[in-house]
Amino acid sequence: MKFGVVVFPGSNCDHDAQFSVTANLGEKAEMLWHRDASIPSDIDAVILPGGFSYGDYLRCGAIAKFSPLISAVKEFAAKGGLVIGICNGFQILTECGLLPGALVRNTGLKYICKPVALRIETTNTPFTNQASQGQIVTFPIAHGEGRYTADEATLDQLEAEDRVVFRYLDNPNGSLRDIAGICNRERNVLGMMPHPERATDELMGSTDGLTVFRSIVSAFAAK
Amino acid sequence: MATITPDILTAHNVTADEYSKILSILGREPNLTELGIFSVMWSEHCSYKSSRVHLKKLPTRGKYVLLGPGENAGIIDIGDGIGVAFKIESHNHPSFIEPFQGAATGVGGILRDIFTMGARPIAVLDSLRFGPLDDPQTGARNRRIVEGVVSGISHYGNCFGVPTVGGECVFDKSYAGNPLVNVFALGVIEKEKIFLGQAHGVGNPVIYVGAKTGRDGIHGATMASDEFTEESKQKRPNVQMGDPFLEKLLLEACLEVMQTGAVVGIQDMGAAGLTCSTCEMGSRAGTGIEIDLAKVPQRETGMTPYEIMLSESQERMLLVAIKGREQEVFDVFEKWGLDAAEIGVVTDTGLLRVLNHGEVVAEIPNRELADEAPLYTRPYTKPVRKAPMEGPAFSSSDLKADLIRLLSSGDLCSKKWIYEQYDYMVRTNTLYGPGGDAAVVRIKGTDNAVAISLDGNGRYCSLDPREGAKLAVAEACRNISTVGALPMAATNNLNFGNPQKPEIMAQLVEAIEGMAEACIHFETPITGGNVSLYNETLGEGIHPTPVMGIVGLLKNGKPTPIEFQSEGKTVLLLGGFRDSDETRFGSTQYANVIVGGPWGLPPALDMDYEKRVHGAMRKIANAGLAESAHDLSDGGLAVALAEASFGGIGARVALPPSSRPELQLFHEAPSRIIVSTANAREVRAIADEFQVSVEEIGVTEAGKLVIADRIDAGIDELREPWSTSLERMLHA
Repeated sequence: MKFGVVVFPGSNCDHDAQFSVTANLGEKAEMLWHRDASIPSDIDAVILPGGFSYGDYLRCGAIAKFSPLISAVKEFAAKGGLVIGICNGFQILTECGLLPGALVRNTGLKYICKPVALRIETTNTPFTNQASQGQIVTFPIAHGEGRYTADEATLDQLEAEDRVVFRYLDNPNGSLRDIAGICNRERNVLGMMPHPERATDELMGSTDGLTVFRSIVSAFAAK
Repeated sequence: MATITPDILTAHNVTADEYSKILSILGREPNLTELGIFSVMWSEHCSYKSSRVHLKKLPTRGKYVLLGPGENAGIIDIGDGIGVAFKIESHNHPSFIEPFQGAATGVGGILRDIFTMGARPIAVLDSLRFGPLDDPQTGARNRRIVEGVVSGISHYGNCFGVPTVGGECVFDKSYAGNPLVNVFALGVIEKEKIFLGQAHGVGNPVIYVGAKTGRDGIHGATMASDEFTEESKQKRPNVQMGDPFLEKLLLEACLEVMQTGAVVGIQDMGAAGLTCSTCEMGSRAGTGIEIDLAKVPQRETGMTPYEIMLSESQERMLLVAIKGREQEVFDVFEKWGLDAAEIGVVTDTGLLRVLNHGEVVAEIPNRELADEAPLYTRPYTKPVRKAPMEGPAFSSSDLKADLIRLLSSGDLCSKKWIYEQYDYMVRTNTLYGPGGDAAVVRIKGTDNAVAISLDGNGRYCSLDPREGAKLAVAEACRNISTVGALPMAATNNLNFGNPQKPEIMAQLVEAIEGMAEACIHFETPITGGNVSLYNETLGEGIHPTPVMGIVGLLKNGKPTPIEFQSEGKTVLLLGGFRDSDETRFGSTQYANVIVGGPWGLPPALDMDYEKRVHGAMRKIANAGLAESAHDLSDGGLAVALAEASFGGIGARVALPPSSRPELQLFHEAPSRIIVSTANAREVRAIADEFQVSVEEIGVTEAGKLVIADRIDAGIDELREPWSTSLERMLHA
């Protein structure tokens, strides 16, 4: 299976995502440049990595949504392609409308970097099919603007449609309803603030993140 | 043309003697632009004119050293065809005037020093010193500076995408008017692909890349070479503004352009900006450089040649390309959306020739400007010391309460509030992050990792700079060895007061000599560093504060954690109890925090013994015998045992009887490491082999720390005040 890792100017977890997929997962990865207008046909899943795309000027992810590649990612998603946005990638997915809600400044007004415990709320996604319902995993977070917000109706809808994928056990940033990650209605686009790619290596202290990537591989194989 | 008056010379910090030297180099009067150029290149910050004579005493060669001092960063060989480039640099003065931008641009500057060599930065550490947070007079300002500096580092490092993996943070009155912000960075490079800051090849184009030039930071280097007075607040425009996003693009573009083969030499524009990069690149290559300022990308209109040459706008680089291959360079920078402009050419004249729209505005010989700055053998006497030799009588009524007070003190409390604001994991190499004895970062593509430790001890050095500097080297090497790594090389940041005072100059000389002796002994040559003088406000100097950054190699292994891992393991004190007396106890944290020190002398160091302890520790760690290892430093045995217990597994410790339990628990004699092991016999055998003593002092036990009949505490009782103290003090 081949992952495409999007590189915006200012992406800084792009190499980490690539390393996770290739060295730790054993699959292929190709970098996709933000100015490209299309996604190569042999790409099976797209990762929008963490970082500070376009310096996160104006608002996190606000400029990235205008990049040519994001239009291609939207088409890719519309055709059912698997898209995972991590951290800044999640912010971009909400900015470009592939996911509802927004990520705003942490309630503590500080950047936070630490491992946090999450509960996997649904296994009915291509990103969590290898997990068990309610499984507790530990992924690092590293963000200043990770507080998930949406209006009550949207939040209710997310819950009703089983689209809350990850929830914080000890909410670090004030996210509404402890939400750490959500998927779209079609369930092929996931956005999450925690970094699964930072938890794919025994040497780094955790391999919990492999669950997410293995689920993607398994979903792809089942297609 | 403006005539150079004595007032102009004073404003430029140029002495009468220095001015006559300028006259003789030029054979005529300089114009204002030329004077400005000389003044920044010959500032203390750029020329090391007061320290160079003594810096020569430092060892700079060793079996691992690929590149020593003189370039933008030193490089050592860690095997597998890989080198690591590293250096430490201060941004003390700017961080006092404007903490956020001062610290941020400190990070930016040292990162450029690393990637200008062709190395990708993979780790940053910071050594920070501030005034006390609870000081009645200066506390509020100190707290504001801490908040600003930490957010500045966080802002720059996080966005750039380099992990901030460790460092130190210390509080002392002497830093209230002069905080110290020393930033260390390390990058990886293929040994065959090292780039130097040299302008070779007459006729080759000189290309400016990165951010546009503005009026910010003009005379930053001169400011950093002066004391602070009441007027210093007006120097805020001297502080540069950083843009980490631009720097990230510059990093990617530079590393990519270096792969093209079209680049001859490259250097960042840091202190003294365009002036420094042009004349140094020319001087190193023995060439001349001619540039036209009209071609320099500018952010503002109407800038004078003086302003353009002296601007310290950030995120800029100067490179020399192979003639005819300019387009390859431009293509890469266009891809990353950065400015790149051909502004001049390498010549054979040996001159830095600056034109503005074709008209000559400065013409100075490169070598004289870059390498023949005045050299001062400043007079020195005996190091100033204010503390008495003898301290007050003291006797503790509650050792457990003392331990809790120490664990809550600024120097010893958890720095989690700081490091959780830093992305310490990005690039997924951090095997041991902040909070350990040394940070450990793996080198992808190899089985190796590098261990890094930053250590300084201003309090020890204020009592005896020579011994204090040796102790700093010893501790940094001990930290490296405690995680199981071999110390290989060092970088230093010398933070001192006004060198024109003989008693301050004496501190500098003694510290350098002590450091030289220790670096030779521990086989850690200095590959580069930084000197920051004039750290004085209103005539009050800081503690003499040499900061060591030591880099070691951890082969094929996992770093040994500091925390006890499981119950029922033997707790050993490698190196033995060592002893202290009332005089040497005066330099300890206990004396400072509990009794009201300091007084007396730093702990006694036996360098031979210390080195044998390091050797034994590495062998123990590499044989997989240590479940945990934590070196004793500030706060001594009791504090180290508490820190080793914060993972939840504590210990029950027995100690020999003592008439001075305060000294026994809290003295800071070096050469000691707490090791927990399932195999005490083999550890003992290794200690014997290295002829160091090892004491069996207890057994690990969940949830409690019991030290003889003196301290009996639940781990939560100790951990809670330790982990929350910093935030409490900051938000008091």
